[in-house]
Amino acid sequence: MSLEEAAALVRDGEHVALGGSTASRTPMAMIWALIRAGRKDLAVSRSIVSTEGDLLFASGASRHILTSWFSQGIVWGVSRVMRAYTESKRARFEEWSHMSIGLRYRAGAMGIPFMPMRSMMGSDVAGRLPDLREMTCPFTGEKLLLVPALNPDVALIHVQRCDPYGNAQIDGLLFMDTDIAMAANRVIITAERIVSNDQIRRAPDQTKIPFFAVDAVVEAPYGCAPHECFGAYEPLFTHMDFYAELTRKDPEKGVKEYLDRFYYGPKNWTEYLNLVGLEPLLDATRRGRSIYAD
Amino acid sequence: MPTEVKPYTASELLCVMSARLLEEGQVVFAGVGIPLLAATLAQRLHAPGLTILFEGGTIGPHIVPGQLPPTTNEQRCTRRANMLVGITEVLLLLQRGYVDVGFMGGAQIDQFGNLNSSFIGPADDPQVRLPGTGGGNDIASLAKMIVAMPQEKRRFVEKVDFITSPGSLRGGTSRKDSGLIAGGMYKVVTDLALLDFDEKTGRMKVEALHPGVTPDQVQANTGFELPVGPDAGFTNPPTAEELAALRRLDPDGVYTA
Repeated sequence: MSLEEAAALVRDGEHVALGGSTASRTPMAMIWALIRAGRKDLAVSRSIVSTEGDLLFASGASRHILTSWFSQGIVWGVSRVMRAYTESKRARFEEWSHMSIGLRYRAGAMGIPFMPMRSMMGSDVAGRLPDLREMTCPFTGEKLLLVPALNPDVALIHVQRCDPYGNAQIDGLLFMDTDIAMAANRVIITAERIVSNDQIRRAPDQTKIPFFAVDAVVEAPYGCAPHECFGAYEPLFTHMDFYAELTRKDPEKGVKEYLDRFYYGPKNWTEYLNLVGLEPLLDATRRGRSIYAD
Repeated sequence: MPTEVKPYTASELLCVMSARLLEEGQVVFAGVGIPLLAATLAQRLHAPGLTILFEGGTIGPHIVPGQLPPTTNEQRCTRRANMLVGITEVLLLLQRGYVDVGFMGGAQIDQFGNLNSSFIGPADDPQVRLPGTGGGNDIASLAKMIVAMPQEKRRFVEKVDFITSPGSLRGGTSRKDSGLIAGGMYKVVTDLALLDFDEKTGRMKVEALHPGVTPDQVQANTGFELPVGPDAGFTNPPTAEELAALRRLDPDGVYTA
């Protein structure tokens, strides 16, 4: 189906989990489609949130993001947009430890209500979270922390290849994506390429999400731009620098300007890519494919 | 006679001094920036068998000089690695005890080695909302920790505004009592000194001063009492070999300018 049709599967107020991490395999095309469709009040969770978090806040698509780290990336410093929205209390950044988020998705994927773990105890990160419990292990007597399962309404995951049935193949870093897919009630896959089921069956070990967990498949070439997709393209660094610069001086004005130009302006995803520009796309593609040249 | 080398920057000093703390054969969980650079430097110098882990899920990456990855989660981190796993799997290696050293930077640290990367000011009404823990909390909760950061009064505070990543919490046995049974603060490397912690009290102390640094200088840049004990020594200055290797790794000075 199209990006627009897939966006209609997500309703206002739902919990949306995003695959990938930081600037890697971000389901940017679906985020773009949701923002354009005017979705509101989504609760969003992800292992680590980069620029897509700024755009979700600034567009009003989400006022609540659950993650472990939220900024464009270390080299660009602290996100001014995240700061502006959270410090003014217009939006919430709910901070969990990286592993606790992973174990929450995993519990959701396993069909159990919680997972025990050994980190986060004693810290103020745990101190701010109401949904935690400590327990004494009935077998060993040790103190453990329990984190509740996370079952998102919808998972948005971008992959390199997927067949029309939803068998999704992921190359490179998997992040938390299989757990997110299995934990979510609905899964929307965007793929660099839609391939035949025969292609999938040639390398079943690369299939990381099974078709029966998937509700929609959308072909979205360069679907992570300006972020990266393993083996296909690296981040579009010049565009990332441009965004950082645009939002540094006046975050509110800068991010609005960015949304108008790149999100609300173009007619379709192809036109968005056109605006991003052929030169940065080709440069990122050359760098991205080079991993197979070693 | 040593050859004349360009004087080193504070970041270069941090990298070299940190690299010296890493040993051959260790498994090191490294953050990006100085920790990654220092771990790679140690590999080039004295620990070719050092294994680096990234929280993105990379085990044993091969870092290309001049192409340091900007985050721990990108494909650049995966080049010629031994293994790629999921994020949860790589973090569970910490919980299982496979990691010898956790190694990261910090925005703010206190006398008990607690780190803050979440809020400047009160958490409910912060002056600055920082990016947050990332893997920091899990790494510091579960592994023996090295922290590298510049020594400044505003960074070395009596009590952090927020404990993102635990050191010895409130000192004494408070870390173990809270349920954190493994790991803990091991060393803090700054541009002035090498710092460690008193085993009983959990308080920070000076193990050695860097060349030319005085105890007064250390105290002037610290927001709490930081004693230089009678057995505190001096570190050896970075050698020409160490600096040359470091400058080959980061020729553009992305992390060491």
